[in-house]
This record gives sequence, C-alpha cells and structure tokens, in this order.
Amino acid sequence: MRVALMVTCVNDAMFPDTGAAVVRLLRRLGVDVEFPQAQTCCGQPMVNTGYLDEAVPAVRSFVRAFEGYDAVVTPSGSCAGSVRHQHGLVARRSGDAGLEQSVAETSPRTYELTEFLVDVLGVTDVGAYFPHRVTYHPTCHSLRMLGVGDRPRQLLEAVRGLRLVDLPRAEECCGFGGTFALKNSDTSVAMGADKARHVRETGAEVLVAGDNSCLMHVGGLLSRGRSGVRVMHLAEILASTETSA
Amino acid sequence: MTGTFVGMPAFPSAAREALGDTQLRHNLAHATATIRAKRLQVVEEVENWEELRLAGAAVKDRALRGLDEQLVQLEEALVARGATVHWARDAAEANQIVIDVARAHAVDEIVKVKSMVTQEIGLNEALEAVGIAAWETDLAELIVQLGGDLPSHILVPAIHRNRAEIREIFARRMGEVGHPAPTDLTDEPAVLASAARVHLREKFLRATMAVSGANFAVAETGTLVVVESEGNGRMCLTLPEVLVSIVGIEKVVPTWAELDPLLRLLPRSSTGERMNPYTSMWTGVTPGDGPQEVHVVLLDNGRTRALADDVGRQALRCIRCSACLNVCPVYERVGGHAYGSVYPGPIGAILNPLLADDTAVGDPQRRQLDSLPYASTLCGACFEACPVRIDIPEVLVHLRSRVVDGHREDRLPKPEAVAFRSAGWAFADGRRLGRLERLSGLAGRVLGRRRTTLGRLPGPGAGWTDARDLPLPPRESFRAWWRRTNGTLGEEDGR
Repeated sequence: MRVALMVTCVNDAMFPDTGAAVVRLLRRLGVDVEFPQAQTCCGQPMVNTGYLDEAVPAVRSFVRAFEGYDAVVTPSGSCAGSVRHQHGLVARRSGDAGLEQSVAETSPRTYELTEFLVDVLGVTDVGAYFPHRVTYHPTCHSLRMLGVGDRPRQLLEAVRGLRLVDLPRAEECCGFGGTFALKNSDTSVAMGADKARHVRETGAEVLVAGDNSCLMHVGGLLSRGRSGVRVMHLAEILASTETSA
Repeated sequence: MTGTFVGMPAFPSAAREALGDTQLRHNLAHATATIRAKRLQVVEEVENWEELRLAGAAVKDRALRGLDEQLVQLEEALVARGATVHWARDAAEANQIVIDVARAHAVDEIVKVKSMVTQEIGLNEALEAVGIAAWETDLAELIVQLGGDLPSHILVPAIHRNRAEIREIFARRMGEVGHPAPTDLTDEPAVLASAARVHLREKFLRATMAVSGANFAVAETGTLVVVESEGNGRMCLTLPEVLVSIVGIEKVVPTWAELDPLLRLLPRSSTGERMNPYTSMWTGVTPGDGPQEVHVVLLDNGRTRALADDVGRQALRCIRCSACLNVCPVYERVGGHAYGSVYPGPIGAILNPLLADDTAVGDPQRRQLDSLPYASTLCGACFEACPVRIDIPEVLVHLRSRVVDGHREDRLPKPEAVAFRSAGWAFADGRRLGRLERLSGLAGRVLGRRRTTLGRLPGPGAGWTDARDLPLPPRESFRAWWRRTNGTLGEEDGR
C-alpha cells in the first residue's frame, strides 16, 4: 500500500512537529509514509470564504501531488472534510472535466488520521505512552462532516499512563471557523472563552484535538489567560513513547 | 424585503454590541440550553428520526418542484370552499390587501395569531400607518410588542427577556393599550401568564377581524394549518367574523397525507414536545361555525427568487421550527437582533440574502446582507438539527461565493480579495509555497530569540492577537525538515 502524508498548509508552516509525529507514528506501525513535495493546501480557506476560483489551483496541486496513492493521510479533520466534501464543488466550478475525474479518484482515498488508524490499519492501541491528565475536544468537521465518532477516544483510551477526562459541552464549536476568527473576532473570542473555561474546569494539563487550527485558537486564549493548560495535536500524543514522552 | 431593520449595522458590529450585554448573554445561554435539552430528549426517543427527516425533506421538495401546479390546485380548492384567494408579489401588495379587507369592514383593530410572515412584511407597522391597531396575542409576541421591542427568536421571540423584565413591561404598558396588569403583579410565571390572559381575553371578545399566517397549506384540500402552544391562536381563528391568512407560497404541502411527517417533525424540533397542544385546521368557510369571511393571501416576496437558486432553494423547505437557532453557538452568544431580520440565526443567515431583491437594496442593507453568510463558523450543528435536512453550511458557503463573485468586477479589489488571489498563486505550486515558508522560518528564527508567542499585531492581525496569543512560526517548515532529513531521522531528530 502506497501511503502519502498530506501535512496541510497550517501544519507545514506553523506546526511541523505534528507532521513529524504522524511520520513517526505510522513508521512505528509499519507504514512507509511518503511526503509528496508538490502538495500545498486543500483550498478550504478560499472555499469557505467564498473564493471558489482562487481554490482551483490548490485543488489542482492536490490531485497532482496525491494521484496514484492508495491512501492519503492527514492530521486534520477539517482538511480531510474539505478534500472529501468540497473538492468536487471546486472542480465543477473550474469547468475542467479532467480535474473533476481526478478529484473523484483522490477524494474518497483521503483519510483523517484516526480514520486511517482505526479503519484502514485496524488498530486502536498504537503503543503510545503519555502519563498526563488529558481532555479531548472533538473538532466540528471531524465530528459532523467526517463522522469520526469515537475513534479518537478509542485511540486515547489505549494510551498507557493517559488519564482522559470529559470536557463539558465538548461537541460545541470552539469558535475558530477559519476566517470567521478574524471577520467576527468578537464572537469568535466569546465562543473560545467559553471553550477555554470548560477546558479549565476539567483540571486537565493538556487539551488534545485533531485539528491544529482549532487548537491555535483555544490555545491562544488559554495562553493569553496564563491558564497553565497546553494544547497538543492528537498525533503527537499517539507518537509519544516511554523513550520520547 | 421590509423584514430587515432599516439602519442595522453589518453582523460583526451588531454582534460586538450584543456580546457586551451580559444580561442578554445570560438569558440566552439559559434559554437555549433548556430548549436544546428538551429537543434532544424527544428526538432521541424516535427510533426512525433520520427516516422521518428524509420524508419531511422529500415532501417539501416535491411541493417546491411542482410549485406552480400546487398553488393553482390550492387556489381552486380554497375557492371551492368559499375562501377568497389573493396573490401578492411583495410586502406592499400583501399589506394593502389586509388594509382593504379591514376598511371594507370599517375595522380599526385586529387580533393576530403569531406569524413570522406578517413580521417579514411589516404588517403591524403598515396597519398602524393607516390607523388600524394590530394586537399580538401570542404571549411572547405580546411581551415584544408591549416592550416596543423586536423579536429575537423565531419560536420564542422574547427569549432575550427574563421574567423580571417582563413584569416591568406588563406593569408599565398593559394599561396604556387595554386591560391593565393587576397592581400586585409579581414575576412568578403563573402570575404573569394570568395577567396576559385577562388582558388578551378582552381583545379576543371585542375583535371582529383576525390575521394569521399558516404553518402548512394543503393543496389537495385547501386546508390551512396553524400549530401553536397557547390556544390564543385558536381564539383568533374561531372568534372573529373575518379572517385573513397570509401564506408564503413555500408553505404548500401537496396532499393531506403528506402532513404526517411534518407534523411529527415540527413540535419535537421546535418546542421539544412530542406533540404541540393546539393544531388548528380550517378549510375555507364553514357555515355557522367560525369566521364567515375567509381570505388567503399567497405571498411571494422573494420566494421565487430563492427557488431559482440551485443550491439555495433547499432553504424554502424550512418549517420555522428554530432548532437551528437553539443549537447555534453563534446565535447563543449574540442573540437574534444582531442578524437584523425577523429571521435570525443560521436559517436567517441564508434566508435573508436569498429572499432579498438585489436590485432594490441600498448599500448599507447590501453590506448587512453580505455579512450574514459569514456569521457562522460552519460548525454544522444546524444541519444536524434541521428536521428537513437543510444543509445550511453548504448554502452559507454558496452565498459567500455569491458575495465574492459580486465584487469580482470592482475597480479597487478588497485587501481580502488580493490576499486570496495571492494565496491561490502560492498554492498552485509546492515550490512557491516552500519559498514563502523559508521567509516565515526566518522571521521565526529572528523573533524566537526573545519569546515563544507573538504579542499584539497591527492591522488585520490585531483581530486575532487582541485576545489570543499566536505561536511564533517555527524555524523550519515541515517541508524543509523533510527535504533535509527525508523524514528518516524522526527519532534522532528529537521530534
């Protein structure tokens, strides 16, 4: 099986450790993951702001980078959601039948990390060790667009040393919402402040989620509030072992 | 559309003001949490809820696909049963029809059944302008009307008020417009309801004309349906001699049998009840029973415009249950007024731009309407809750692209448009992006000598950093790390 990592533009530029964690985790599980250098961005920032034409080059580079792979794995529910649910729309808008055809082939083979681990590899215990009190925020697109369900939970519960505590109103949006965080920053911050309050109520040391963009928002509020709670991508916890944690 | 309040600022500014109202935040959080919990409970007990949603959506889609024929059939059935049918292209025409009927009967006051459509067309204001008083009889609408206020929720229009505020409004205002509130009025819900009952009873017994909307209109039989909780609607529908019902053309349901899924979906989604207390159904005139003169106004007011939009037309399936408002994290924090329309929340964010006549709105209203599709994080909670499966996030994204496309010919493009055009260029090629990331890595190395997060940024970045820290860009992008190490040094690299 040829597996490619779609690291996402946000992780590539801002959170390279998350990408490296996916590589380490997958290699530990016997998957020789490749990183096609032609990849850029899934196009979601443009699509979700209404710039469909501007998303076409991103979708083109996506299919160019990932055509021919059996599976594309990404540590982002939001980007996986965009690939699976928006690339078709962008391709239709481009009027390029060839692009539509390519999208129809690459989109269904794109998996969010926990889907790939649980559904494709069939593992829930990835041999991780992380001796901390952790609370999990299910990000909206992983939850409602992809329907990852309790896969992240299954994976976290199998991590040795980890104590998982329930997050109150976990399924409520954190308020990030891409350009919403800037266009409606007051509302975004109000939502994030409530999320941060719920996180603090759990007494967790670490807030974990499957999307670094949401974590950048909630983490930014937790950090500004000097809360003493850090945020981590799920991949980084799953990649941790006794020797590295 | 007259339903959009004149002079309303765009959503981000209106929201900022609402967010500062701590009483509003508290009232809304409490009320929406209560309704959410009730809804969830009664939805979870229905085994085939998903099938029911699909059935409800299918019924509305069938009606909308053949709307031209359905409406003619509805008209024929209504006329056959003694009703007078009027067609109104817009709010002004609909309001004039009501005024003409009132004048024909020399009526100077009417009682009203709670109805969204009469708010959409600004009926009360139009009547007031010609000296006809319109009395709202739904408890919450009464609170809003007496308070000189605007509704902030589809189902519970006074959701932004708590009982202490309601007591104050009743005590101050009831006497000015009718039967006064008792002098020993308290803020006990039962006491407040009793004051409203006495106040309204006098209006029901005096009025000779009523105005209603309709939840559904059955084309096959000509039957109109009103679903409510209090029975005050039933009073309006049965006591006065003359009844005018204003019905949006999307309310048509082809057959009697197809009411079935809709009447099961609506109360559970709306009030969180298994069944609503009052369902009134009437078919034209019944001699010797109820109103003896029945008018039905079939209203377009932008609905055919929405119907012509391939993606947006699903919004016309809406049965006004307000489940999307109650689950919306944005609505919960800012309330209904920030949306600048009688249709607030997620459904309002798509319905208002879809109904609006682009050729008739001025610049301030254009800006307000253009801001609505962006008043969402696209979290998807609304779609999940919608009983007729309106994919609100899909329509929001579609309407955002309509906003952007409307500015493509601008001589001076917005900074945002320039930014996204540049992003499109950078994302066309991995090498281009890699070069930009090297610049960001350089910034990270320079800034990272002294700190771990970025402080307050100027310009558009301030929207982020005013309240949130931003991590510094890393010294090396993932791409650069992979090129350097081929991804093989994971463990040794300390990552």
